[in-house]
Amino acid sequence: MSQLYDNKTVYDVRDLNLWYGNDQALKNINMKINKNEVTAIIGPSGCGKSTFIKTLNRMIENIPSVRTEGEILYHGINIFDKIMRVEELRTRVGMVFQKPNPFPKSIYENVLYGPKIHGVKDKASLEEILETSLKSAALWDEVKDRLHDNAYGLSGGQQQRLCIARALAVQPDVILMDEPTSALDPIATAKIEELIDSLKADYSISIVTHSMQQAGRISDKTAFFLMGELVEFGNTEVIFSNPRDKRTEDYITGRFG
Amino acid sequence: MRAPLENELRSIQVDIIRMGTLIEKTIEDTINALVNRDLNLAQTIAANDDQFDQMELEIENKCIYLIARQQPVASDLRKIFSVVKIVTDLERIADHCQDISKLTIDLAKKEYVKPLVDIPKMAKQVKDMVRMTIDCYIDQDVEKSKAVCASDDIVDDFFKVIVDDLELVMKQKPDEVKQCMDFMMIAKYLERMADHATNVAEWVIYSVEGTHFEGNNS
Repeated sequence: MSQLYDNKTVYDVRDLNLWYGNDQALKNINMKINKNEVTAIIGPSGCGKSTFIKTLNRMIENIPSVRTEGEILYHGINIFDKIMRVEELRTRVGMVFQKPNPFPKSIYENVLYGPKIHGVKDKASLEEILETSLKSAALWDEVKDRLHDNAYGLSGGQQQRLCIARALAVQPDVILMDEPTSALDPIATAKIEELIDSLKADYSISIVTHSMQQAGRISDKTAFFLMGELVEFGNTEVIFSNPRDKRTEDYITGRFG
Repeated sequence: MRAPLENELRSIQVDIIRMGTLIEKTIEDTINALVNRDLNLAQTIAANDDQFDQMELEIENKCIYLIARQQPVASDLRKIFSVVKIVTDLERIADHCQDISKLTIDLAKKEYVKPLVDIPKMAKQVKDMVRMTIDCYIDQDVEKSKAVCASDDIVDDFFKVIVDDLELVMKQKPDEVKQCMDFMMIAKYLERMADHATNVAEWVIYSVEGTHFEGNNS
């Protein structure tokens, strides 16, 4: 795959359809996600936005009744193809959830869990990964003196940054975030947003958010989903100043729902 | 939660209409004072300009509070941004009424070198343009706004004619150069007022369509 990494397009979603049993949750989605960009996914509850990002790393397949059609090219390779190993995909495409979900282990163990199961044994390498990941997640200074304390002792915002550090530790290329700040206070939210902005230099980030202002602040591109359809996708400044579709306008200005 | 936003937008719209209507009236008074050499009226206009500065400030404050509290986007944001731009242009138009009235105060002290013909016509055209732009704003009417932008050419033509005329008078009556220069300034202020009216029309188009209309910027 690595020879394709120079390409600007990380994900190329083509005619994606998805059903939960008989209910269609995604309808004919076509969309490209670019390298070093933050893509915000907005839309009312039940519009398919979480389904969509969970499809990008095939996490959606944990739900047995799910059926998909179409293709999602990740660096040119269809993620539904037999040659794509799902473990490899999920290593490259990390995920952070709405509620911080650290393991009931130390900060140290949380960050190094992934690298260890990927076979990194050398103590110096592990410690380097630990420090780099925590620094990238803007958490190092706050935890460097208590790395062996239980992660549950951290604040919600710190736990969320720990989850980001844990995702970074396996050197992903994409980070998917499903409402990562909805359980956080404004200060912790601001820290995560700053973090997202700085991570953009090395990663591609797709974030589902219910906060219009957050989408406006942090994203380069915005995708508006409604009832399983991708209604509008474009540069964030255009979506928020002069959207093309009336449904987008009605949603972002709070006219419906 | 759209009700507070919509109420405030409506209240701002009423403020703009009130300001626009008062300005229309002031343009009419300004030109009557000039034509009739009405010193009192000219002095009143010059003294009352503060009210427009005050209106501008109040509308701007309403807009900034609305942005701070409601974080408007899309057409809401364009509407508010356009108001902030429009109110500046309206205030400038009012300023020019004051500028003309200050010159009138001087001019009214003696007979004019020639009867005023084109300046009142030009002023009426400007007043009509301002009234039309306020209508465009009320109706959010893109087509009419484009017509207003186009009518700026009429005012520009008046300006050229007046300047040529005054040049001739200055050559013939060198003693009256000062008065001619004042009339030239008045014509220039009127021409600028029409430009500001054109700007208002362009901001109406932006508010509705989200695109910048390349109107008449001459």
